[in-house]
Amino acid sequence: MKILTGNDLLSGAVVWWDGQGWSLHVEHAADAGEEAPAIMAREEAARRVNAPYAIEAEREAGGGIRPAHIKDRVRALGPTVRPDLTLKPSEPEALDWVI
Amino acid sequence: MYKYDSYDQAMVDARVAEFRDQCERRLSGKLSEDQFKPLRLMNGLYLQLHAYMLRVAIPYGTLDSRQMHALADIADKYDRGYGHFTTRQNIQYNWIKLEDAADILADLAKVEMHAIQTSGNCIRNISSDHFAGAAADEVVDPRPYAELLRQWSSFHPEFSYLPRKFKIAVIASEQDRAAMRLHDIGINIVRGPGGDLGAAFYVGGGMGRTPMIAPCIREFVPLDQLVTYSEACLRVYNRHGRRDNKYKARIKILVHEMGAEEYARQVEAEFAHLLEQGVEPPLAELERIKPFFDLPEEVANAADAPQAESPGSELAEWILANTHKHKNPAFVSAVISLKPVGGIPGDATAEQMHVMADLAKEYGFDELRVMHTQNIVLPHVRKADLPALFAKLQDASLATANLDAIDDIIACPGLDYCSLANARSIPVAQKISRRFAESGKAKELGKLKLKISGCINACGHHHAGHIGILGVDRKGVENYQLLLGGSEAEDVSLAKITGPGFDEDGVVDAIETVTDLYMREREDGERFLDTYRRLGMAPFKEALYG
Amino acid sequence: MAEPTNSPAGGGLGTGRDEVQLRFREDDLPPNAQVTVDAFLEQDDATAVRVEPGDDARDLLPHLGRIRLVEVNFPVFGDGRGYSAARLLREEGYTGELRAVGDVLVDQIAYMRRCGFDSFAPERPLDEADVKAAFDRFPHAYQAAADNAVPIWKLRHG
Repeated sequence: MKILTGNDLLSGAVVWWDGQGWSLHVEHAADAGEEAPAIMAREEAARRVNAPYAIEAEREAGGGIRPAHIKDRVRALGPTVRPDLTLKPSEPEALDWVI
Repeated sequence: MYKYDSYDQAMVDARVAEFRDQCERRLSGKLSEDQFKPLRLMNGLYLQLHAYMLRVAIPYGTLDSRQMHALADIADKYDRGYGHFTTRQNIQYNWIKLEDAADILADLAKVEMHAIQTSGNCIRNISSDHFAGAAADEVVDPRPYAELLRQWSSFHPEFSYLPRKFKIAVIASEQDRAAMRLHDIGINIVRGPGGDLGAAFYVGGGMGRTPMIAPCIREFVPLDQLVTYSEACLRVYNRHGRRDNKYKARIKILVHEMGAEEYARQVEAEFAHLLEQGVEPPLAELERIKPFFDLPEEVANAADAPQAESPGSELAEWILANTHKHKNPAFVSAVISLKPVGGIPGDATAEQMHVMADLAKEYGFDELRVMHTQNIVLPHVRKADLPALFAKLQDASLATANLDAIDDIIACPGLDYCSLANARSIPVAQKISRRFAESGKAKELGKLKLKISGCINACGHHHAGHIGILGVDRKGVENYQLLLGGSEAEDVSLAKITGPGFDEDGVVDAIETVTDLYMREREDGERFLDTYRRLGMAPFKEALYG
Repeated sequence: MAEPTNSPAGGGLGTGRDEVQLRFREDDLPPNAQVTVDAFLEQDDATAVRVEPGDDARDLLPHLGRIRLVEVNFPVFGDGRGYSAARLLREEGYTGELRAVGDVLVDQIAYMRRCGFDSFAPERPLDEADVKAAFDRFPHAYQAAADNAVPIWKLRHG
């Protein structure tokens, strides 16, 4: 599937297109399909997102969404060297998902 | 320490107001991201992997305790309680909000700090010798010249949209502790044949994807022509540097393609022209700046008070490893390692920053330095105060005795933080540091500079490491190339790749392999680098790939 | 991004007099009959020339006496060669109009003024309030350049 990501203009936080708006959680990401360029242009023009781009991802068995490239998995979770600063500080096994 | 006068303060304050206005125009839609990006970059604000990142300038790496406290306060108030000291003697915060950025710059301005030109295609923060003013081997303190150039380069109307970024380092000793010849311009303040001070200019060095060692293009520029000559160097670059390909836009490519002689000839012509234009501040300006950097009277005059630490004690080991010879034998420069075993190189918590600031106040005549190796220096510490200083560093987990050892690793933020990176750097540094510190081999290896970059942009200086590691992306998987034989110092050289890369654990093993070979083959007093230079690449390759 | 509109007669090059948004000179607007640097060097009667980023402004030096207008084009705002072109023309004594055209942004015009530009014809008009703020922003300058600003070192030492 093709999902969209970028950063929130104001806070800089990594965000994912969930079909209606931008979520902090990659598992909320929606398949943007052919609409990707149009959504990105519209959302960036409305200053709801900064520097958006489309990536490949796959839906996992448990319902999660896994970006194809490690860079976007690091973005989705947080720095692997500071588990305390990731989105899932109490789940150390989340780091295995990144790598 | 340099102190702002009303002019300096007014300029920095105006910059804060300008940036606040630029942020507002971005948020209101008057500026597009394309237009805003170079403006925010010229104020040190990047959009990084997780958030905005703010890079704060620490000119020539010098700061006082008030400023270090302010950096700690920013980490607490606007970030997540820590900061990262960089190889350009700056500090970076990783979790900044655009809406806070102007307020942070305002907080910095209150303590005579800023983020001006810490990014963008302009003249960046000027770096220098971290032992400047204290080192026994220096000709003169290089920082007044760096400050003169800091002012000249700030808001330079002609050189704010250069082909690419531009980095200047100024040193004034034979030993090069600032990687001078790996800068766009490296300036070495030297004594000329007549005994007068002047500047040797090395132009066109750099790391990145095309590493080059800067050739000397003029051996002696008189001190009252320093700004004019710099201006000539920049103008030739601004006019002729390549703009068709950002990967070929650095001055090193221009100097290389044009030839150092032809570049120097064009600079001389421009220089002759500019000498007529009155762009040089009078020597009185340099004389005004110099006294700010005078040694505190007590540091200049205190008598030697020899200390005998019981050999083998932790304190004695730390003193042996982490102190550097001072002009005054009663003093040393003490290095506070930001490389605890298994830690993140260059990171310091707000609490640690407060501790370092307090210790600078108590034992260090209120001065700190940031090293390009991502450690902190207290440049003037009485030998008699070392036991007390060490004890307090231990309490704050800042007493690792590993200056220039294999676990004193330079590592860029890598794929954990950086949007340009291809591979993570920090976990590799952590694994190496743990393995070599815990086995005790780190101490046996002596001086061995290990530098790790997470991509070919080389922020981790991998080309300049005795051992370098370069992270690459191999079909979506992190892979690490090993390099040997680099040096950023006066014996400058560029490291060479050993061969095919390794995975994360494989590269740690590979380092074990090459250092084992070194320990078997080394002759008296040889560093790893010396043994490599004597033996060449072949035996190391053989040991690695069989 | 909007294409710059061309001057009425002889078209193809340069901005029209209507597009000059800011002008810091008292004299009359020169005629808009810019030619390229190459063409200028071949025409004895041309008085206006347009400098592109790759041109060498030094080629104009033997002819400064007859030039009334130099337009320096910024096709993209990030290409800063025009700043050097402007400054060296002023350093060599050029006193005619020096006009910045093209992708000229409000956050750049104060630096351009310092490099000797005295008129501006941006392809996208600048907000007048932002222009005023930009020129009023910095109380001083650290360097000597091609304007009247007294560098801070001179203020310090007289």
